[in-house]
Amino acid sequence: MIFVTDYMILAVLLFSIGIVGVVSRRNIIVLYMSIELMLNAINLIFVALSRQYEQLDTQVAALMIIAIAAAEAALFLAVMVLLFRNRRSLDANVFNLLRQKEATSND
Amino acid sequence: MTNSSLLAFIVLLPFASSLFLGILYLLFQNKIKELTYSIFGIGSVLTSSILTLYIATDFFQNENLNHLSYVAYEWLHIENFIINVGFFADKLSIVMISFITVIGTLIHIYAAGYMHKDEGFGKFFAFFNLFMGSMLLLVLGDNPIMLFIGWEGVGLCSYLLISYYHKDAQNVKAGNKAFILNRIGDFGFLIGMLLLFLYAGTNGFSYGALEANIASVSPTVLTSIALLLFVGAMGKSAQIPLYVWLPDAMAGPTPVSALIHAATMVTAGVYMVARFAFIYNLTPEVGIFIAYIGAFSALLAALIAAHQDDIKKILAYSTMSQLGYMFVAAGLGLYSGAIFHVFTHAFFKALLFMGAGVLIVAMHHKQNIFELRMHRSLLPITFVTMLIATLAISGVPPFAGFFSKDAIMAQAFASGQYGIWLITTFTALLTAYYMFRLFFTVFFGNRNIHLHEIKQSMQLPLIILAVGAAFAGFLNIPHFLGGDIQFSHWIAIADRAEHLSVTTEWILTLVNVTLGAVGILFAWKNFAYNPMPSDQSVINVVFMRKFYVDELYELLFVKNIRRLSYLFSTLIDVKLISEFIRAASAGYYKLGILTGQVQNGNVRFYALYMTLGVIGMSIYLLEFVK
Repeated sequence: MIFVTDYMILAVLLFSIGIVGVVSRRNIIVLYMSIELMLNAINLIFVALSRQYEQLDTQVAALMIIAIAAAEAALFLAVMVLLFRNRRSLDANVFNLLRQKEATSND
Repeated sequence: MTNSSLLAFIVLLPFASSLFLGILYLLFQNKIKELTYSIFGIGSVLTSSILTLYIATDFFQNENLNHLSYVAYEWLHIENFIINVGFFADKLSIVMISFITVIGTLIHIYAAGYMHKDEGFGKFFAFFNLFMGSMLLLVLGDNPIMLFIGWEGVGLCSYLLISYYHKDAQNVKAGNKAFILNRIGDFGFLIGMLLLFLYAGTNGFSYGALEANIASVSPTVLTSIALLLFVGAMGKSAQIPLYVWLPDAMAGPTPVSALIHAATMVTAGVYMVARFAFIYNLTPEVGIFIAYIGAFSALLAALIAAHQDDIKKILAYSTMSQLGYMFVAAGLGLYSGAIFHVFTHAFFKALLFMGAGVLIVAMHHKQNIFELRMHRSLLPITFVTMLIATLAISGVPPFAGFFSKDAIMAQAFASGQYGIWLITTFTALLTAYYMFRLFFTVFFGNRNIHLHEIKQSMQLPLIILAVGAAFAGFLNIPHFLGGDIQFSHWIAIADRAEHLSVTTEWILTLVNVTLGAVGILFAWKNFAYNPMPSDQSVINVVFMRKFYVDELYELLFVKNIRRLSYLFSTLIDVKLISEFIRAASAGYYKLGILTGQVQNGNVRFYALYMTLGVIGMSIYLLEFVK
């Protein structure tokens, strides 16, 4: 018998894998995939709860997320193309323009 | 009825003209004529004196007019504590400002001649007018705060004017000395004023309110207030132990000595004591102390003056000596007598200084009386006017000094203070001696020398002042000479005058006159024909070196303070304070670098921080929010 908590545990696992992916991987495409993974973990929770309480409201939310994620994917891929054209690289560590500049000594 | 706002104009005119001259001098320096500077410098003071005399005539004509006051605006208002920028004139202030403005004007005219071709002509007049403004503010302010502003103003101006020839380090030192010693006195004065405010200032801080409240102050507090206020007077009026600045102050140009260190600023202390007569009348024991300080200052100064060779130094010590007389009078409760001596002294001392200035200019800036020796026909006007002034200061009847000084000594005798009476009488003898020593030495020579040209503007004021020095005494003829001490009655301060029988008064007067004559004869014998500086015997050297008081102060205070400053500048400041501040700034810097590491521009790290934040918030919500 599969309980709703099992779906929850799976979703938490997927979400954690997504976070670890975002934090630890340097390839921007993998980053993006990790983000998608986290989104889908949330979707899984929505759907599992919808089933548990037999209500369709949350499924609507899940469908909304899928739709937005699709749009986001289009935008993200376009951004990635631009990033690659700029730096010839998709390493996330290369894009660190907003870092603190090297400190200059004042005494 | 006079418009009392004129009082404000009397004070404001010199200030305004000082500011104007200062700007003019900064912009043009010597490119405009001396005449322009003189017109504004003298004009403002002249206008003030005309206004003063106009108000004074009102006081003369209208018996019921006791005081005028004018409030310009409210300066401070903290709950019940109100300080007005206000001006107040009673008869005491009127007497003071009358001679301050009139003699001030004469000295300004004289200065225009004396400072001729000086490169800082405009600057000099700016300072001079600033001084006049401060002095008038001191006298006309309607509360002790205003008095204190003027008090500090004259201190500042005296510093500026003493070190006027600032290219010589010695003069700058003299200016510093005057300023610092005055500050020591002011410290006492300030504490006295604060105590006065704390204990008597509940209904406002004007003189009237203070006088109404003074009876409720406990005697101990009142004694300390009286003493502390007098400490201020010691500094300003050059009394023991804060007198050492006055002789050094002669480093300034001679008109400065005449204006500040003879006629006006040094009398501020006497004025202050007379102004606070309502306090000093309740503390007669402090009065006795003041009188003794005055008497000893008078004696000490006279002893030193009798052994000096520098004409301006002699006059400086004689000023200090005469100030001693004024404090004897003020301490013994004869405030009107003190003010009357201030009044007559202003005439003859300004005259003496200006005469000395003429001599110094004529003899190409020599100051030693033995080098100044000349035949009297060379400078007839100076000779006659200085003779009158010397007779006046020596207390020879009927010149001004006789009446004012005699009244003081009579008061000392009548109060039963025979010690003070003896000292002052002996000082009177010394005064006659050292003044005529100066006079005979300078004017009874036979040398016919070529003199530097003397401007008319330097001679005219001498004549006017000589008239004052000769006749001012008749304003206050005592009873036993058939007068009615009109001045003392008119000025209406709460005197504690004692009365003597007519015979005693005659005897005292005769004693004084005889002693004066003895002093003059003694000086004639020693200095008229073959004057010699004092020989180098031990006792004379002690007198010449001013009892080594300067050296003593140097040893006791100056050296120790210098050591302390050295300690602070090398050890405490550098090692402690600087290091502490440096460490604090370096600490912030390092902290900044450290926290800056977080901001590394990597989006992955930002995601991590966000996650950590969310985890933190989640833990908080789960564990701590019920």
